[in-house]
Amino acid sequence: MSAAIAPERPHATAEERFEYTLRLADTSLVAGQRLAEWLGHGPALEEDLALGNIALDLIGQARLLLALAGRIEGRGRDEDALAFWRDAGQFRNVSLAEQPNGDFGQTIVRQCLLDAWQLETYASLAGSLEAELADIAKKAVKECRYHWRYSSGWLVRLGDGTEESHRRVGAAVQDLWRFTDELLTPDALDARMTECGIAPPAAAIRERWERRVAGVLAEAKLPQPARSHYPWHGKRGVHTEALGHLLATLQHLPRTYPGVSW
Amino acid sequence: MYTQALDSAGAAEPQGDVEEAARLERFQARIDRDEKIEPKDWMPEDYRQALIRQIAQHAHSEVVGMLPEGNWITRAPSLRRKVVLIAKVQDEGGHGMYLYSAAETLGVSRAALIEQLLAGRAKYSSIFNYPTLTWADIGAIGWLVDGAAIMNQIPLCRCSYGPYARAMVRICKEESFHQRQGYELMLTLVRGSAAQRTMAQEALNRWWWPSLMMFGPSDAHSVHTAQSLRWKIKRFSNDELRQKFIDVTVPQAQYLGLTVPDPQLCWDEPAQHFRAGPIDWSEFQAVLAGDGPCNRERLAARREAHEAGRWVREAAAAYAEKHRTARPRPAAEEGGT
Repeated sequence: MSAAIAPERPHATAEERFEYTLRLADTSLVAGQRLAEWLGHGPALEEDLALGNIALDLIGQARLLLALAGRIEGRGRDEDALAFWRDAGQFRNVSLAEQPNGDFGQTIVRQCLLDAWQLETYASLAGSLEAELADIAKKAVKECRYHWRYSSGWLVRLGDGTEESHRRVGAAVQDLWRFTDELLTPDALDARMTECGIAPPAAAIRERWERRVAGVLAEAKLPQPARSHYPWHGKRGVHTEALGHLLATLQHLPRTYPGVSW
Repeated sequence: MYTQALDSAGAAEPQGDVEEAARLERFQARIDRDEKIEPKDWMPEDYRQALIRQIAQHAHSEVVGMLPEGNWITRAPSLRRKVVLIAKVQDEGGHGMYLYSAAETLGVSRAALIEQLLAGRAKYSSIFNYPTLTWADIGAIGWLVDGAAIMNQIPLCRCSYGPYARAMVRICKEESFHQRQGYELMLTLVRGSAAQRTMAQEALNRWWWPSLMMFGPSDAHSVHTAQSLRWKIKRFSNDELRQKFIDVTVPQAQYLGLTVPDPQLCWDEPAQHFRAGPIDWSEFQAVLAGDGPCNRERLAARREAHEAGRWVREAAAAYAEKHRTARPRPAAEEGGT
């Protein structure tokens, strides 16, 4: 009797793994940079501290992921080379992450939609065949659980708070919803990573994300917008106008004084 | 950070009342025995007011102090520097919170204190009315401003008022880390390119004198120091602390290879102290009076954050009120699978 032989999984190329890791890394970096803009300007000291904490977690994730991407690429680029010396077209974050802070409600909506996606994605990536990525995901998922608790808690309070807060946060959901399809719809690289056992299946992430977000929107007494079909492709390097400005600020110092240590 | 030498209100002489005089005497005896005064203990009204003023000014300084450094968070030149700076600014917000809580034990609310700040009726350390023009200013603030703050604050860990003293123990631990990171940042710059060394020197030039002024007016002009010392709210005079700071900091500047911007600075061999040239107190008074380089911007930023956050705070209060009697909201599904 011959043993059943499982069909061997295809192996992703270093270039594919590099690109995929950058999608995760850049999403955390850009979202962390956005949240860090709040420090000293939040609606209460407690919120300054919480947004600062989340920014620290996200930038921490970005550092680990960028360093991993650099090792996969094998051309000697470290976290700072990748963060400070790529132009917008080389950034692979999802477009949602780069959207400007707006008011506190807009920030909360952006974070809530993104946190739900990061939480589900990292929870699944903890079982990735890319061992180093799985290790990072195991740490990140704990952080994302807190981020989700924070942003969803605020979304409910704002949605079910005053008339003004309901109106503001409702408008933010309507405005930012168009960027969510990019999170949930796999492109060829996402599909390839799933096939190779590196990334989770997109359909499962979509289902869990939709359930999670629908629950919070209902609790916040906010209607769920219709699905938007404009195809945003931040993860392929086609961004909104907002990213160029964010990078101009983020990168200006090392680029003004190249070749030195800080 | 960040106390500037803060003076207590003028102490009223005890009234003729014998019982009052006896209570004051017992209170002073407790202080003299180094006992801690706790929130529920009897205390003279002037002592309470002096503490409220000092703790509130300290809390406001922490919160306003988030702004000049926050100015460089989005532009930090490496990811490591960025996370260190975020953590530092966050610590300052945390210090503000403990200090407002310490002030609340004296019977004044955080909201009332913040209203005073925003109305321009409360003071904060005038050092934060100076701008952060280059990345080196982040190093200079850590090294000099936090260094001066530590000199002021270590003695406050032994302050006679328990809640303030305990808050200061934790704050001082964090300040000491801030000071070291600032110095390490300066060290990296002076070991770098010519442009980085220039940046470091210019930052020292900008922050040296304002740092010396952080200790407050000289003893000869500080009318309330004596009472604060008697109450052990303050442990050393402004000039003693300033001298200590100069003695510690000048050799650190020398190690960095930077020049302290004081042509009269010299070593006094018999006294074993560095002697600084005269401080331009007219600048200090101008900044204190609201005419510093960033007074308007700092207060405007705080007011703007407060106003822009009003609808958020109102929403949180309205939600809490609606759900006050209801079952607590079940935590949103948190599993992550």
